[in-house]
Amino acid sequence: MADYAALKKGGFMRQKQKNYFSMRLKVVGGQVTAKQLAKVSEIADRYGHGYVHLTSRQGIEIPFIHLDDIDEVKAEMAKGDVESGTCGPRVRTVTACQGRNICPSGCIDTTALAEKISDHYFGRELPHKFKFGVTGCQNNCLKTEENDIGVKGGIEVAWKEDACIRCGLCEKVCRSNAISISDGRISIDKTKCNYCGRCVKSCPTDAYEENPGYIVSFGGTFGNYIYKGEELVPIIHDEETLFRVMDAAISFFDKYANAGERFRKTIERVGIELLKQQVEEAYHG
Amino acid sequence: MAEYQITDTVDITDVVCPVTFVKAKVALEELDDGEILSIRMNDGEPVQNVPRSIKEEGHKILKLIDNADGTYNLIVRKVEEEE
Repeated sequence: MADYAALKKGGFMRQKQKNYFSMRLKVVGGQVTAKQLAKVSEIADRYGHGYVHLTSRQGIEIPFIHLDDIDEVKAEMAKGDVESGTCGPRVRTVTACQGRNICPSGCIDTTALAEKISDHYFGRELPHKFKFGVTGCQNNCLKTEENDIGVKGGIEVAWKEDACIRCGLCEKVCRSNAISISDGRISIDKTKCNYCGRCVKSCPTDAYEENPGYIVSFGGTFGNYIYKGEELVPIIHDEETLFRVMDAAISFFDKYANAGERFRKTIERVGIELLKQQVEEAYHG
Repeated sequence: MAEYQITDTVDITDVVCPVTFVKAKVALEELDDGEILSIRMNDGEPVQNVPRSIKEEGHKILKLIDNADGTYNLIVRKVEEEE
């Protein structure tokens, strides 16, 4: 009798076809190397049905792996630096857009952050599944608020008067009407600014000081039940604080959740005030 | 204010994204390093996106002039890429 729980933990998703599994692979931030791809292709050809499935959260699965081949497939995967993913009640694949390294709109290095988050939390046992998503800017290609914890890049700005040529472009590109110019002076309404960074990126003379940061959302979910994650603390400018805040949220979930209960449901049952209080404490150190 | 001498002008008010940027880019390619192009563009999406794309291409934006008729003139100095 196969140990299905152990197989599931190791990324083997039981198929409806008897003794076949869809092999879920570990992908972090949607990045796969050419070497890994070649090995995945070889395994799909040799042990599967010659195709892969791309999951909704940037993962790769190789369907139709037979129970008898599992050990052999695992050994083959190791040769191509391919690791198995995970399923069940634990921290899942960390998703990310390409971020600042590639995308002109990106405010943060999403790839590096996704890897750090994955190294820190991936596979951690919890009362239910737990998802992280990282996106580079307000365009939100990675839809961060549908994750249990979502991290969105932003840029807090300050005007550099001496470098400014008063062209007015920043006022034009600001979508939240936070920037206004009068008498040759630029003022930024901090209550309206959403840290999108469009002013910085369009400024011809780099007349903005930029302070990149992380906007964190908590308790999102997008399955049977749909809820948009909420921001509970202001923009965070350093990784240490970010991880402290994420640690606090995960500890809250681990402590208060019933088995099989998603983060959102725990928040609703226990009350968001308690989570907010614990996350704020972590934010202030 | 004769702080710059316009070499050439291009009007991109008759096209829509992404041709706006393409038309401006083609006009810039006709110029030599250091020459100045004046680009007339519509308010809204063009003025929000075209200047940024031109900046990302490495050219120098000198000025944005509001023509007060729903169009803007963007004054750009061509910066030749080093091969």
